[in-house]
Parts: sequence; C-alpha cells; structure tokens
Amino acid sequence: MKQILASLILVFFASTSHAVLKIDITQGLEGALPIAVVPFQWNTKKLPDADVSAIVVSDLARSGKFSPMAEKDLLSHPQQPKDINFKTWRVAGMDHLVIGSVNLQPDGRYQVKFRLFDVLKGQQVVGYSFFATKKTLRTIAHQISDYIFTQITGLPGAFNTRIAYVTVQHNTKTGMVSRLKVADTDGYNPQTLLTSDQPIMSPAWSPDGSQLAYVSFEKGHAEIYIQNIHSGVRTLVSSYPGLNGAPAWSPDGKQLAITLSKDGNPEIYILTLANKLLRRFTHQWAIDTEAVWTPDGKSIIFTSGRSGKPQLYIKSLTGKQSPRRLTFAGNYNASASISPDGKLLAYVQGKGNIYRIALMTLKTGNYQLLTQGPLDESPEFAPNNSMVLFASQENKHAVLAAVSVDGKFRQRLAFSEGDVRDPAWAPVRD
Amino acid sequence: MKKFILLAFVAMMVTACGQPLKPDATAGDNTAQNGSAQNGTEENATTTGSVDNSDMTGTTMLADGKHISYEKGAINDPDNVLSERRIYFDYDSDAVPEKYLDLIKYHGKYLSLNPQARVRLEGNTDERGTREYNVALGERRAQAVKQLLLYEGVSPEQIEVISYGEEKPIAFGHDEESWQLNRRVDIVYK
Repeated sequence: MKQILASLILVFFASTSHAVLKIDITQGLEGALPIAVVPFQWNTKKLPDADVSAIVVSDLARSGKFSPMAEKDLLSHPQQPKDINFKTWRVAGMDHLVIGSVNLQPDGRYQVKFRLFDVLKGQQVVGYSFFATKKTLRTIAHQISDYIFTQITGLPGAFNTRIAYVTVQHNTKTGMVSRLKVADTDGYNPQTLLTSDQPIMSPAWSPDGSQLAYVSFEKGHAEIYIQNIHSGVRTLVSSYPGLNGAPAWSPDGKQLAITLSKDGNPEIYILTLANKLLRRFTHQWAIDTEAVWTPDGKSIIFTSGRSGKPQLYIKSLTGKQSPRRLTFAGNYNASASISPDGKLLAYVQGKGNIYRIALMTLKTGNYQLLTQGPLDESPEFAPNNSMVLFASQENKHAVLAAVSVDGKFRQRLAFSEGDVRDPAWAPVRD
Repeated sequence: MKKFILLAFVAMMVTACGQPLKPDATAGDNTAQNGSAQNGTEENATTTGSVDNSDMTGTTMLADGKHISYEKGAINDPDNVLSERRIYFDYDSDAVPEKYLDLIKYHGKYLSLNPQARVRLEGNTDERGTREYNVALGERRAQAVKQLLLYEGVSPEQIEVISYGEEKPIAFGHDEESWQLNRRVDIVYK
C-alpha cells in the first residue's frame, strides 16, 4: 500500500545558491509508478556542479507519472548491480530502481553512468554512460530522466527541453518592466532575452527549438520579432499599422501565422519568412486571432468572434470551405493549443467570471475542464502530449502551473520575481 | 421615428468609416439604449447646437457646470469638457456606450477645428479572457472611437490607434471595481 503525498514540495537551489523556482505538486499522484532512485555516487570532495540523481527524482515526480521513493525511505544505497537485493525493493513496492555515478575526469569533464532495473524481473532494463562539462551536467541529468521516462511509459520524455515565459513587474515609481525569459523545464538556467518598459507578449518556439517569435511594444506599438536564443540576434518580421500579434510557426518552420489589423479589422495572415510574402487567411468583420497550426500543417485552428462571442474554429489552408466551429459549450472559448499528436485541444473556457483550461478530444468533440480557474489562460502542450502548461492567478499573482491531460496531477511553478505569464514549451532542445 | 434616426446615424457611420459595423446583437442593443435615452440626447443636442453655432474662440457653458471651448490649447483646461478623455466600455464589447457620444463629438469638433492637433486612441481591456483576444478587442474599441471622430470631420492623419489589450492596467484588483476602470479607450493628445 503506497501512501501518496498530496503535497510534495521540492525546493531547488541554483549554483548561485538563491532559490529561483519552487515546484509545488498541488494535487494527486494516484496511479503514479513507484520508482527508487539511489543517490548517485561521486568521486569529488564536494557535490558536483549538479546533483544529477536529485534532478532525475524531481523530473520524474513532476511528470505526474512517477512517485519516486523519498530519499530517507531508501532501504539501502547500492552502487553496483551486484549490491542490489531485489527482494527487499519488491517488498517495498518498487517497480523500478535506478543507480548511477558521477565521476570527475582528469580533463575536467564528468563521466555520468546510470542503470535502470526492473525490480520484479530482477533485471537491468537499460544502462548508459555520458560525458558532460560543468555547464552541461544538468542537461545530462534531464536526458537521463527522458531515458527512464521513455523506457517505462513508452512516451517521449519532455524534461530536456526549454520553456519561454514573460515576467512583468509593476512599480509605481519606475513603471512596468517586462522580460522575455528562457529556462530549462524545471526553471533552472533562466536567461533573459529581452527587457523592456513596454509589454512583451506571446512567445512561440520555432519547431527546431532555436528561435522564438514574440510580440514587443518596445517602440510604442506592437511588432513581431524573431530571435535566436543562442546568438540573441533578432529580426523584425512584422510592423504593419495597427495590430501585429499572436505569432504561430508552421510545422515546417517556414511560415508564421500572425494577426494584423492593417486592413481595418483583426484578421489572420500567413507570412512566408523567406520572401516576406503575406497572404490573408481570414475574411470576417469580427475578431479573428490566436492561430495554431495542426501538426500536419494543413489547417489552422483560431479564435473568432464571428458568432458574437469568442469561439474556436478550424479552417483548411488550401480548401475554399468555410471554417468549421469546434466549440459550442460556454460563451467564451479561446486561445487553443493542439497536442503534438494532433488528438487533443487545450483552450480557455470562460463562464461568468471563471476562466478555466478545457481539454477537447478532437475526434469526438467531447471536452472536460482540467482546472478550477478563476483566471487560467495561455494553455500550452508539453511536447510529449502528457501535460498542459498554463498561466494562472494565485494570491493576486500570475504564476505558471501544469496539469496532466487526465486532470489528476497538478503542479505550480513559482518563480521568485513578479508576475509570470505566457508560457511556451519548446518542442525540442536545440 | 427614433429608431429611424438611429438607423440613419448608423448608416452614416458605415459610410464614414468605409467598412461595415458588425451586424450583431450589439447594434440592436444600441437601438434600444438610444431609444430610451433619446430625450437626453435631444437636450444635449440643444447644447451642442449652440456650440456648433459658436465661433472658435467662443466658450459655451454646458448643463453640468463644465464648459466647452475649441480654442487651441483648450484641452489643458480641467474645467473644459475636453479634459475628459476616457471612454469606458462594457465587458467583451466594442460598442461605444451612448453616454459618451457627445464627449467624442466634442473631441471630434476640436480636432477638426485644430487640424494640427494629433491624438492617439489607446484601447484597453480588463484581465478576463485571453491576452491576444484582448489586444484585438482593445483595437476594436479604439477603432470604434476613431470612426466616430472621422464622422465629425477629423482627418485620418490626425488619429493614431493602438491597443494594449490587458497589458497596461491602471487598476490592479481582480474584481469588477478594477475591471471597469481597465475597459476603456484613452484619448491621448500628442
């Protein structure tokens, strides 16, 4: 019988030893798979530059699919396969066991080894060895999490990617400070790509995870930029009169769907990046915005006010047929995110003053509400389809949170500065 | 008869802005509101009638103790009705509430009499709903005010439209008290 911790709080410390992120698992680990991760052995006097096994434990825990055994409950600390007594781990209810080591080499690199065991069979499932630098040790830890996650669940892992988000601080003296940031999915290694005293909005990752498109008001009006996250080099791609908003990359990375009002009303346009060719996609007197591409690149799902209230519609990029309405329940359905496998649609559903994240199975049109509100928005699928990241209000602050697609598992990502909003989860790590 | 006047007004706006207004329930709501408020409008019409007949340097007293003057720089006089530059909207609506039509008319008159004057119409929304939809909604609110100004003879070159959506709130609460202050278009003279 495994007692589930309803609130498992994991606090991380950056190498500079100030807390940057607190992940608070706020709901449910029921049905999560039991796994024991033995702290990795290391050969240095002090802790290596990243605590690899602790990162793996927190990654697996916040996936919602695993319930790692607390370190204090570990029965023993085997370091080699021959040291493992599978029977005792079986009695403790563990399905899987991970051991490993981090060894500093004479050349300054780390060698990281790990082995995953199936406790019931008493057999090794996989074993890997990696070399890492001081800087890449955390990345290697996330890769190990991905290997374990994929091996056991059959799903691709999403730990070793990045998230982008916008932080906002309002100060009565200095006004507003907006920052566009990129961090690992656990909030580590935050890097600021842009700081502005004007709003920054709607970051969107290129399919290869190397670039972000976003909206910036830095010149006093909305413009869309594309910025390389490594070089920091950026390009202005849209600065038409009026709105320039809601950028969304095509799956091949060659086009951006954007919202412009240059022809008098907010409409969706397709911008081909190579030749700057602009094609109008919607023609309607109401608001059309918040485009997302279906993974096959053949259609666009968007928000439209054409029925009098915001609802979601799908329209083919090639056909001449009218858009098909997708949402009918509630008088506010907007800001869609489609799962990478194309099966699920997450969006914001508003009813009265309560705005929640809803999840629709596209094949049936059935939906369920994943969150409680009251002001949830900006849903964004994890690249492995298993979770939805979103922006939420808590204690009068904007925070990021994530919920599993079955609604059972929820976590809050609390950053140390100001309001955090507009999350975007990179499809891959570049 | 009253409805006819309103319809004529809407028709003129359509002509003036060169694009159709949204033909949904909102227009119907306006009809009802304007119908019931028609007397008030007529009273105002009397006042504005005298304004219309005054010369550029004249000052006209309004019923509520404020006055209206279209002299250059008159916008900086806090007793001048032109010092009111905020238009508040209903939730998820881009229809200009009827009670602001006179105020917009005064600003339109000022701008048309002072062709060197420039304004920026800044559209804003409350925090409810999605960010990008709110930017679009703020744009529509500012465009709605712009169309009324154009109807007063203001040149399009005098008007800049920008929407901040929910990104630049002036009230930070999470209740109707704050929300109603954030659902607005600011008329900013440059």
